[in-house]
Formats: sequence, structure tokens, C-alpha cells
Amino acid sequence: MNNDAESVLEIKNLTVSFDGFKAVDSLDLNIYKNELRVIIGPNGAGKTTVLDLICGKTKSTKGSIKFKNYELTKMSEHRIVRAGIGRKFQNPAIYENLSVYENLEISYPSGRTVYGSLTFERTTEVDNRVREIAGEIYLLDQLKQEAGMLSHGQKQWLEIGMLLMQDPELLMLDEPCAGMSARERDQTADLLNRICKNRSILVIEHDMEFVKKIAHRVTVLHLGKIIADGEMDDIKNNERVIEVYLGH
Amino acid sequence: MKALYKRMFCDKGEMVSVMLLAALIFLVLPLSVDIFRLNLIGKYLCFAFVALGLVLLWGNAGILSLGQGVFFGLGGYCMAMFLKLEASDPITTKIQSTPGIPDFMDWNQLTALPFFWIPFKSLPFTLAAILIIPTLLAFIIGSAMFKRRVGGVYFAIVTQAICLILSVLIVGQQGSTGGINGITDLKTLCGWDIRTNSARYILYFVNAILLFGCLMVGRLILSSKLGKLLLAMKDKEDRVRFSGYDVSNFKIFIYCVAATMAAIGGAMFTLQVGFMSPSFVGIVPSIEMVIIAAVGGRMSLTGVIIGSLVVNFGKTYFSEHFPELWLFLMGGLFISVVMFFPNGLAGLYKSYGMKVWNFAGRAMGNMFAKKSSGALSRISQRIQQGNLVEEAKLHNE
Repeated sequence: MNNDAESVLEIKNLTVSFDGFKAVDSLDLNIYKNELRVIIGPNGAGKTTVLDLICGKTKSTKGSIKFKNYELTKMSEHRIVRAGIGRKFQNPAIYENLSVYENLEISYPSGRTVYGSLTFERTTEVDNRVREIAGEIYLLDQLKQEAGMLSHGQKQWLEIGMLLMQDPELLMLDEPCAGMSARERDQTADLLNRICKNRSILVIEHDMEFVKKIAHRVTVLHLGKIIADGEMDDIKNNERVIEVYLGH
Repeated sequence: MKALYKRMFCDKGEMVSVMLLAALIFLVLPLSVDIFRLNLIGKYLCFAFVALGLVLLWGNAGILSLGQGVFFGLGGYCMAMFLKLEASDPITTKIQSTPGIPDFMDWNQLTALPFFWIPFKSLPFTLAAILIIPTLLAFIIGSAMFKRRVGGVYFAIVTQAICLILSVLIVGQQGSTGGINGITDLKTLCGWDIRTNSARYILYFVNAILLFGCLMVGRLILSSKLGKLLLAMKDKEDRVRFSGYDVSNFKIFIYCVAATMAAIGGAMFTLQVGFMSPSFVGIVPSIEMVIIAAVGGRMSLTGVIIGSLVVNFGKTYFSEHFPELWLFLMGGLFISVVMFFPNGLAGLYKSYGMKVWNFAGRAMGNMFAKKSSGALSRISQRIQQGNLVEEAKLHNE
């Protein structure tokens, strides 16, 4: 990634402490346009906490997160989403009792107020968008199915699809291929490579094979700090990273 | 407008149950029971308003409120205050030391009408108050709770506390509320005697029409995107929040709707029964309202209306025949419904009712096919086909 690329997300000096324990410690991180960034790190490194901080689920103790012109640390969750940030949870969070179609439809970014949702109508525009996204996430044949009946991997895709409905500029995925078969992993890698056009994606992942397939750039987090940052090949040979992963 | 119409009437199975229910309430019951029993049924149906609200709030949005009696009571008290003022004109109360104020105020040595009673001399104000006061209270409670993300058991406990507070307040302020006796001896509504048989008939039908109005509002809400969002929130609240929705606003809205419905029920209760007392505000009646919703089926708008009839009939029957045991029997009914039919009577109808209908349809089809190949058999075949389609839909679900 060249240095003069425009950055979408700028994290500066971000710190959060839980009863004195610093889960994220003076973190500086930039995400650029059209970039697919993967964050890796051992358990307890603070990866999920970083995502929580960006999407507003956890409030920071110190520091700033700038997204375009917004200062995210002072915004409520739904405003952050409306600004253009989508986030997938570690365990697939979908609406089990609704159909795949309805899951996607609910995520369509209009009718988000009480009144708006009462008067929301399923226009052809909405219908087309649902079908387009369902095609992307390999679920076109399951549209009528209740989402609870999907396989674990399909649920992961559905949640990614729900985010795509909102067409976010920054997409954050927490372990998108956990619990997937090898074939599903490949399909997910394809999917991510396809959807990272015109947007930035931030992924947390453990599976190194998968990371290799998708990452433009890798950031390694350990005890709330960045210890390495760069291309996958450089990271693999970084002594500090090897030390952290192989043990203390 | 057309889309609205389509949305409300698209689900055939639901529409059939609404029609059956309407036939029961508007035709069968008024024609088959005497006015005393019909008045009782009208009273039972007042609780159905609360239960409809609970379907939206509890069944669909997953917010358990054990304090709907507060709104039922407020609606009822607003109505009762108006009727009481009308019943306390200076001529009929001339033996009091202060004529022109309600009798219980006189007994409590009050010499003037408390300030908050004064506007209730006007009917338009009263009608507005019945709708606005409970809704406003729900808005305040809802904002305080849901904006701070209080939910689940904690919310249920807070609603219980509010029930207790309101009933203690009413009992304690005997002079201006009538205390534990409530507001009794209500006679006329703008000069119209509400105790006569004809008035009772009219009130029964007004009540039934309002109930179906609320039922339609409920269907409208549940068939909209908001209805789906409520279900989604019940399942994965965080996902809804992180899809760009302000979850608390939706919860406040549905809580207010449930409160308004309960208040209408309370006002109609006062009109049909002729009094209002704190025994319809407190914890026990509030829990009874939840039992009604559970027995009827907390996901089904039509189910809870039947539920309110069944539970209250049960209550009347048990208390008439087994005065010592009836509370236990009611408790037993509740426990067995929750244990064996978690979706209540509506759930039973969904799983068995359709089979009965199909069986009847087939039997009718066979009968008529033998006798004649005329129009009747075609009709019954059509019914049968319709039911099969419905059943197939159910299976797909």
C-alpha cells in the first residue's frame, strides 16, 4: 500500500482500561481506502476490543477514532453505523426466526425510524438489492428458508450479506470463517476479495492460510499494542511475532 | 393505501380467525346469552385490550411488563372521575356538608374539589386524558428504562414496583381518589344512564368495535417492517442496534402502544362495570393480564382475545363452584398452559385446528359429491383446497 493513499479510518493514541487493565494501549492504526486489512494476534491481544471501540460498543478511556469527518468516540452505535461502518460479530448474529429474505430486508438502510419502519414498503428496488446480495453470499436458493435452519457457515455469510445491504464504507468482520469447511473458507475468501472493491475491510482471523488468501496487509496485536505491521511474508518472518506466537 | 390494505388482509389464515372471532363476538354471544352474562363478557373483553398490548410488547418485542394494570387503571380512573363528577351534582348531593363534590371527598372532610379533578368536568378533556395520560407515563417510564438499556427481568421488576406505587398512592390518598373502595356509584354519561339494559347492549358493542380497532392496529404494526424489527430485537438486540437502528425508540413506541390499548380497556371497564378501584391497578391484576396473554397465546392477537374470555370464564366458574380452590385452579391452568402449550390456545389451534378444518372440508366434499355434483360440492372442495394450501404454508414455515 502506498503511503499517499487516502485513509478512511484514523486511530490515534487509543486506550481503554478495564479496572486498570489496559486491553488496548495507546494504539495508532490507519486503514486506507480499498484496503483489506487483517488483524491477528494471540488470545487476549485486544483484537475484538478494537472492533468494539470502533463501532461504539465499548467506550474508550483516551484517544480518538476518526472516520472520514466523524469522531466516533463521541457517537452512539446506530449513528456510527449510519455513518458507514458495518460490523459482524464473532458468533453469527442473525435473526433465527425470520427468513433469509427478511433478514436481508431488515438490514436495508431505509425506514430506520419508528415512523419510517411503519410505512416501509417492499419496493422493487429493495427486492432487487436483496436478490443481488443473496447471490453474492451464495444464498439465492435459500431466500425463503428460516435463517435458524442454515448451516453455521451460511449463517456467517448471511450476516456478511446483512452488512453489505447497508453498503458500508468500512466493513469489520470478526472471525468470518470460524466453523467453516475448507470449501466454505475458499468461497468466503472469494467473497471478501470480491466485496473489497470501493470499500475498506478490517478482518480479525486466526486461520493463517485464510489470512494469506485475503490480506493486503497484516497487523499483529499483542497485549493491546501493535508489534508488527506489513505484508504477510514479512510478518511470517518477524522474530517478535514468532516469539509472541510460540510462547513465553 | 392499497398497499396498507393488502398488508393487512394478505394472510388468509389470520383473516379467517379474525372473521370467526368477529362472528363470535358480534353475533353468537349477543344472541345466545342474556344481558347479565353479556355484560360480564363485555367486562372480560376489557382485559383483552391489555392482552393485545401484551402480544405486541411481550410476545413480539420480548419485553415482559408485569405492570400493565397501571395503564388499565389510569384509563379507568380518568373515566371514573368524569362519571363521578357527573353523578355528584349539587342537587343529588345536597345532604353533604359540601354539596357538589363526590361523596367520598365529603366523608374525608374535603371542602373543595382537588385541582386535578377540575378538568375532568369536560368530556373531551376526559377522553383525551384517557389516551394521553397513560401513554405519557409509558413514554416517561420507557425512556428512563430503555434509553439506559434496562431490560428483561429488571424491567419486569420495575414495572411491578410502579404498580405497587400507584396502588399504594391511590389507597393512601383516600380523600381525592376514593381510597381502597375506589370510585363507585357511577350512573350516567352525559345524562345517558349506563346501568340500563339497552345501555349495556350499546356499551358491549362499542367495546367490541374498539377492541377490533385495536386488533387491526396491532395487525398493521406487526405486518410492517416495525413488526419484523420487534422480532429481530427479541432475538438479537445488538445486531439490530449495529444495523443502524436506535433500538430504544422502538421499545418505547411499542410500550406506549400497549399502554394506550390498556387504557382504552380500563375506560371501557369503568363504563360497563360502573366503578373503578385499586384492585385493578396492583400487582395481582397485572399478573393476571399476563396470564391471559400466556393462555391465549402471546404471539397471537386473536388468540389473546379468546384467552381473555377463557381465563375470565374460568375465574367466574371456579369462584362460583369452588370458592376455596379457585386461585389454585387458576394457577394450575397457567402452569399447565406454560408447560404443555407454550404458544397457548392459538398454538393449539395452529397445530390441531387446521387438521379439524381439513377433515371437515373433506367430509363435506365427500358428502356433497355423492348427493350432487352441484355448486355446494364445488364450494366445499374449494374450502378444502384452501385449507390444504394453508396447511402446506404452515409446514413450510
